Amino acid sequence: MTGPLLSVRDLRVEFATRKGPLVALDGVSFDIAPGEVLGVVGESGAGKSLTGLAVIGLLDSPGRIAGGEIRFDGERIDNLPQTRMRLIRGGRIGVIVQDPLTSLNPLMRIGDQLTETILAHKPLGRRQAREQAIAWLGEVGIPSPEKRIDGYPHEFSGGMRQRVVIALALCAEPALVIADEPTTALDVSVQAQIISLLKNLTRRHGAAVMLITHDMGVIAETADRVAVMYAGRIAEIGEVRELVRNPLHPYTQGLMAAIPTLAVRARRLMQIPGAMPRL
Amino acid sequence: MSEIATPPNSASEPARTLIGRLKDNDLLASFLSSKVTVAAGIVTVILFLAALLAPWIAPTDPFNPATNYLSDSFDPPSFIASGDPRFLLGTDDQGRDMLSAILYGLRVSLAIGFCSVALGALIGVSLGLVAGYAGGWTDSAIMRIADVQLTFPAILIALLLDGVAHALLNPANRDESAFAVLVLSIGLSFWVQYARTARASTMVEKNRDYVLAARLIGLSHARILFSHILPNVMGPVMVIATINLALAIITEATLSFLGVGLPPTQPSLGTLIRIGQNYLFSGEWWIVTFPSLTLAALVLAVNLLGDWLRDALNPRLK
Repeated sequence: MTGPLLSVRDLRVEFATRKGPLVALDGVSFDIAPGEVLGVVGESGAGKSLTGLAVIGLLDSPGRIAGGEIRFDGERIDNLPQTRMRLIRGGRIGVIVQDPLTSLNPLMRIGDQLTETILAHKPLGRRQAREQAIAWLGEVGIPSPEKRIDGYPHEFSGGMRQRVVIALALCAEPALVIADEPTTALDVSVQAQIISLLKNLTRRHGAAVMLITHDMGVIAETADRVAVMYAGRIAEIGEVRELVRNPLHPYTQGLMAAIPTLAVRARRLMQIPGAMPRL
Repeated sequence: MSEIATPPNSASEPARTLIGRLKDNDLLASFLSSKVTVAAGIVTVILFLAALLAPWIAPTDPFNPATNYLSDSFDPPSFIASGDPRFLLGTDDQGRDMLSAILYGLRVSLAIGFCSVALGALIGVSLGLVAGYAGGWTDSAIMRIADVQLTFPAILIALLLDGVAHALLNPANRDESAFAVLVLSIGLSFWVQYARTARASTMVEKNRDYVLAARLIGLSHARILFSHILPNVMGPVMVIATINLALAIITEATLSFLGVGLPPTQPSLGTLIRIGQNYLFSGEWWIVTFPSLTLAALVLAVNLLGDWLRDALNPRLK
């Protein structure tokens, strides 16, 4: 395939307030190539998650896309009607949300949640969908999936639930996965497992990933390219190695310097002076 | 040599059998921990069974004129000196066995209670779900109607609906339609509570991440509402339904007592009490007393169960 899988150009997202529009994203442009992993970093409120929501068309009122365009696989998707967008959502673009503890329906067997997704996007029968669901659970590393498929979310640990959430995002075999801080709610030892699982699975299935996170370490390990966001804009975007070694934007330089290391014994952790301007 | 704790065998799953699940069920444990609740549960089960099995356990058929003799009318209960041993709780003015009449009346009262609760819940929960999920003017429209209805007492609404239905219906089949009219009027007078409860829960649930996740999967709104949100809203609705069952039975009894409910040919407990109170001052106390006691026991037991359910399902009281 030629050309980028996802192409965002001059994306502008506004929230209508009483005092007039509040510009939350301004002139955001980036591309994701097929199979590529793009990391998106930035501090809270920089617009990372908002970018993800805008791409899948789930900006809730009063937020709206005020300008720019989003193309997915060559097709413009920022102005598609909801019914067509639904087919893309979950089907061609999978999403992994932040908190696995709350993003599974507590009263539904995980198998039903998986088959529901598969049936919504693939022309399969119930039995085939169930077989696929079992296969996916196995693939995300859940032991004896044919037994666990009939379990409820509370019977799974946090890490296991995040594996289920990953299976949910991937089971319709999307071309792009948006992972919005997939490890923030997990403890450190599980984080590494989940990240490497996500990396391996998306590579095996040839899916591109937009990985939204605070964690530069995760980005450095996983991403091909990285976009640094600040106050609703992309401050810098480039190859991970290049950007880590030689950050150009002063904010990126600050961000790199703020990563604590064990090698150097610092008295005080570095911090970036000031706060983001109020939007 | 130090010992290493062996991890529990992952293959030994917790018991998935029904009995195994019941044993470590919190709900059951909290049920058994309160004597009052257990007593209420036993009374409820006995009354439900009696109602269900009425045609088989009742000594006589109170609706069969061939087996009821007017010569038997106003017989006192059998445990009184002047009582007739055939009639444990005495007979009414038509010579019907009170025990049988109560068993059949219980059956009718419970049937109306269940049907009207189901109707009210169906209407209320559907409207509440839609109102809570859609928000905006849909929400306002539905809830304003509910607010207006709340300004009238439920019994008044039921009376009004009952009166309108009777006026519209052909007097010839009034008696046959009385059941349906009662269910409709009681059900419609109670939907508001369900709507409010369902709406409040929906508004909480719709912001949960699993709903967002369902939207991310690309499910339709109807699907999200009914297969994801509805099950999570049913807990509080069940509590209301239990308490409303008692209320519905009382309302039916009140309507029947006022004479707009069921006719004496298919008496509910309320009808029996209405018939009986005519004879209270002439000394035939048993005709009004036993149906009243049954009604009181039923409503009290169901209410106690409802209270227990409300507390057991309320996470803040744990």
